[in-house]
Amino acid sequence: MANLDNLPPTQSDLLVAQDLTRHYQVSRGFMKGHATVKALNGVSFTLQPRKTLAVVGESGCGKSTLARQLTMIEPATSGVLSIEGVNVAQANHATVKAMRAKVQMVFQNPYASLNPRKTISATLDEPLYINTSLSSAERKEKIDAIVQKVGLRPEHVRRYPHMFSGGQRQRIAIARAMILNPRIVVADEPVSALDVSIQAQILNLFMDLQEEFGAGYVFISHNLSVVEHVADDLMVMYLGAAVEYGSKNTIYARPLHPYTQALMSATPAIREEDRRLKIKITGELPSPLNPPSGCAFHKRCPHAVERCQQEVPLLRPIDDRLVACHRIEEIAA
Amino acid sequence: MSLLKIRNLRVEFGSLAHPFPAVDGLDFDIDRGELVGIVGESGSGKSVTMMALMGLIDAPGRVTADELVFDGHDLLKLKPAQRRKIVGKDISMIFQDALTSLNPSYTVGFQIKESLKVHMGLRGAALEKRALELLELVEIPAAKSRLSAYPHQLSGGMNQRVMIAVAIACNPKLLIADEPTTALDVTIQAQIMDLLERLQKEHNMGLIMITHDLAVIAEMAKRICVMYAGQVVEQAPVADLFRAPRHPYTQALLEAIPEHSKGAHRLSALPGIVPGHYDRPKGCLLSPRCRYAQDKCSQERPALLDGVRCYYPLNAEGESTHG
Repeated sequence: MANLDNLPPTQSDLLVAQDLTRHYQVSRGFMKGHATVKALNGVSFTLQPRKTLAVVGESGCGKSTLARQLTMIEPATSGVLSIEGVNVAQANHATVKAMRAKVQMVFQNPYASLNPRKTISATLDEPLYINTSLSSAERKEKIDAIVQKVGLRPEHVRRYPHMFSGGQRQRIAIARAMILNPRIVVADEPVSALDVSIQAQILNLFMDLQEEFGAGYVFISHNLSVVEHVADDLMVMYLGAAVEYGSKNTIYARPLHPYTQALMSATPAIREEDRRLKIKITGELPSPLNPPSGCAFHKRCPHAVERCQQEVPLLRPIDDRLVACHRIEEIAA
Repeated sequence: MSLLKIRNLRVEFGSLAHPFPAVDGLDFDIDRGELVGIVGESGSGKSVTMMALMGLIDAPGRVTADELVFDGHDLLKLKPAQRRKIVGKDISMIFQDALTSLNPSYTVGFQIKESLKVHMGLRGAALEKRALELLELVEIPAAKSRLSAYPHQLSGGMNQRVMIAVAIACNPKLLIADEPTTALDVTIQAQIMDLLERLQKEHNMGLIMITHDLAVIAEMAKRICVMYAGQVVEQAPVADLFRAPRHPYTQALLEAIPEHSKGAHRLSALPGIVPGHYDRPKGCLLSPRCRYAQDKCSQERPALLDGVRCYYPLNAEGESTHG
């Protein structure tokens, strides 16, 4: 569960992020100097083995930037990221390289994330060739095993990505991520490009593989009904920061932050009894180049008061979860 | 009389010797002021049907139909010039990805004015006024300054609003929205759904919502058509269809949604994928994936009877009626 009292991380934590930030320098044009985009602005969480942390939020809220930090594609601007107790920022090159094999990623669009010029066996062989010292016969054995595990047929390994449907490609992408037996899998919107019936197949595959290999998942998605199915913990992000963080059951039973409430009420539902009271929020996510003062959500928030425009709210515990809102006591009451 | 009446629409691609029917004998009706949803997975022919209606299928694609009547005009018999007077004016369409559908080299204002000039003959101040009015109608803030903005300067949600403004510019009788909210975030999706519903009521338009998201349809439409591999497999009022689906495919689709299996560890997934060009079964198109399939199902294709295309439609308890 979420570390509510900001206790030091325990041994069982697979991944600990403390106040993770990532800022980008962008040019504003000739002779104008640089501006800073605060894509990720102080995010803290923990992940345990066999657990799934879901990260939700609209486009531009920093979900994918977070994924780039966790997979060590980019260094964080500040903050601490430790994986199995090792601080990534202080680790040497060789250690980081070994850690990268433990954190694997599944991307959103399987049409773009597979190399069209490589057969499936070449795609699956590459991580093994780079990260292990297995012989080619052993690698082939591993490839055959994983291909079967993700529900493809052995003869599929000789084919190219264009010969597969979207769902099958996502299976290949999952096989590629799982073949090194990673400790952590970061899945960035892995089912949003798929049809519902295929989506169900892929989600089942994700759950089965977690049961078998015991990896911790960071599951990034904007689809709240998918998240409800897969997650143990939930972090709702808005403009680079967490606004609500806690266990899924707690938050779904009673979302407290106005943004979480708005997100859940905006999600269409089939059954009448699942529909929540519609909370209208107007406008769109503000630009991270020029974020609003105070609470980032105040311009769209139905509960905003003057204080929200001036003071940035901090995450604080209430009702078994963390919420960043000045007026949460009044809203929760 | 219905606004649009389609009987036995076929859209074929490929050679004459080996045609591939993307749409296979589709019947469809919609009235003014009606909101009908069409759902189906990728490859089920929902978009191709609407492209055929709009006359956007080019050779080598072939469109045939027993009837394709819109507002008293037989669309297939019209000369291209006559058809162009209807399409874009009385029938208009909103596409999925606004950013790729709008022309990046022209301002938003220019693209809204284009159809007003062509179909309504507006010029000068009247044209300017109507364009501004439309942007305000789709709730774009600071509408006046947005007229001279280019699509890349606007967000996805704004671009979708611009597309809607272009589509309703000439007060269409029928609006087709092809996955209008798929590329958008949930909060923006809710805004666009509200907007479409409001415009549909205010202008008494017929609105066809194409989507693969059953929940979107459940909240908006009154009647729903489920398509599979180019055919309508079930057609029913929304409430009935979601309460007690009669076609096994509809049932499987509903069960695949995470909402359905709340608390369960696994989702109920429909195995396999929509059949393509080379693996169309001889009998019922769903038969290889259908859990209730019998011998008869793999021999002959069932017809659409009483709103459902199945030999053994499901009963109210969701059980097959064979045997």
